[in-house]
Formats: sequence, structure tokens, C-alpha cells
Amino acid sequence: MILQTIVSWIVLPLLSLTVALTLVRLVRGPSLPDRVVALDVMGTVAIAIFAAYALLNAQPAFLDVAIVVGLIGFIGTVAFAYYTQRRI
Amino acid sequence: MMSIVQELASAALLIIGTLLLVLAGIGIVRMPDIFLRMSAASKASSLGAGCILLAVAVSAAEIAITVRAIAGVLFLFLTTPVAAHMIGRAAYMIGVPLWKGTVVDDLRGHYDTRRHTLSSVEHVKPRMQRGTGPLGDEPGA
Repeated sequence: MILQTIVSWIVLPLLSLTVALTLVRLVRGPSLPDRVVALDVMGTVAIAIFAAYALLNAQPAFLDVAIVVGLIGFIGTVAFAYYTQRRI
Repeated sequence: MMSIVQELASAALLIIGTLLLVLAGIGIVRMPDIFLRMSAASKASSLGAGCILLAVAVSAAEIAITVRAIAGVLFLFLTTPVAAHMIGRAAYMIGVPLWKGTVVDDLRGHYDTRRHTLSSVEHVKPRMQRGTGPLGDEPGA
């Protein structure tokens, strides 16, 4: 029961704060790679949020969601890097 | 059902992972340069998310859940450095400016951005003026 308390009162609020911080960089970022780095970190934070949510609700299916979100984020980042290198 | 050691280890991993992720968020806002931002963000964020997945693995001591969480950790640790390397390479190639306090830029002048080749002699003028730090902007540039 203490784990659920920690997740819902410490982990999820602080991770929401982290998403807000990366959103600041996503909006302000001067160059395109800055925004992609911010999106990449946001994807990693989303993995952590899904894992914490799986712990909170005792639903292990969210772990599969976390792995799939990580896969999609990685493919998106690699596709962006390839596109940027070919464009110049 | 859940032992106290298990619960304490899981709580510690959760708090460490959360603090590392918050540190990654602060780093990505406060760092002055895309390369420094990546250095702060990719390492701290992969370690933080790995800690939280490990906390799930420790707390649910079932083989199905633990294997899934550890597979997630391995996947994260394999993919995050590759992604950061590719973004850094792309950012350097399109000429994202370095921080003005940057001291060492080993690729400066040695990389041909048109043919994508490296050379040991400094023969190519950089497309864009990079860092104006203590060693930057020598007469050759």
C-alpha cells in the first residue's frame, strides 16, 4: 500500500512536472534538433509514467504499452536524424 | 504477500528514478547548447526510466511481469544512446551553433558537409561560424 501512496503522491506529480519542463524546451527550442531531443525525453518520461501506472493499478498490460511507446519513439528519432542528414 | 525488503527496495528505486527524470527535465531546460542538453537528458532520462521499470520488476515478483520489465530496461539502454548519437550527428551536420564557452571542437574544419567525408588536414572552411570561445575563431577559420 505504501508503494501506491508513493506513486500517486510523489512519482506521478514529479513526472508531470518533467513533462512540463520538456514542453518548455519543445516550444522554445531554437533549432529543430532541440525539439527532437525534447520529444525523445518526453517519450522516455512517458515510459516511466506507464511503468508507474502499471504499479499503481496492478495492471501489467501497461508494461507492454511502455515497451511499444519506447519502440515508436526510437523509430521516430532515427527517422528524423536520417531525414535531416539527407536533406542538406 | 509482499515482503518489507521488497517494498523498501521498490520505493527507493521509484524515488531515485523520479529524481533522475526531474534532473533530466531541468537539464533540458537549463543547458545552453543542444549537445550539452543531450548529454544531460539522454543519460539521466534512460537511467531514471530504467530505475522505475526495475521498481516494477522488484515489487511484482512474478516471472511474467519481471521479464517484461527487464526487457523494457534492456531495450531502453540499447536504444537511447543510438538515438542520441544520431541526433547529435544530424545536429552537427546541419550546423547547429555550439555554446560560446565551448573549448574543444575536434571535427571543426575536418568534416566535409557536402561529401560526408572526414580528412586529417584542415581544408574545408566550416559552413557556419561555430563557437567563439577561448580557442575559437583562429585565423584559419
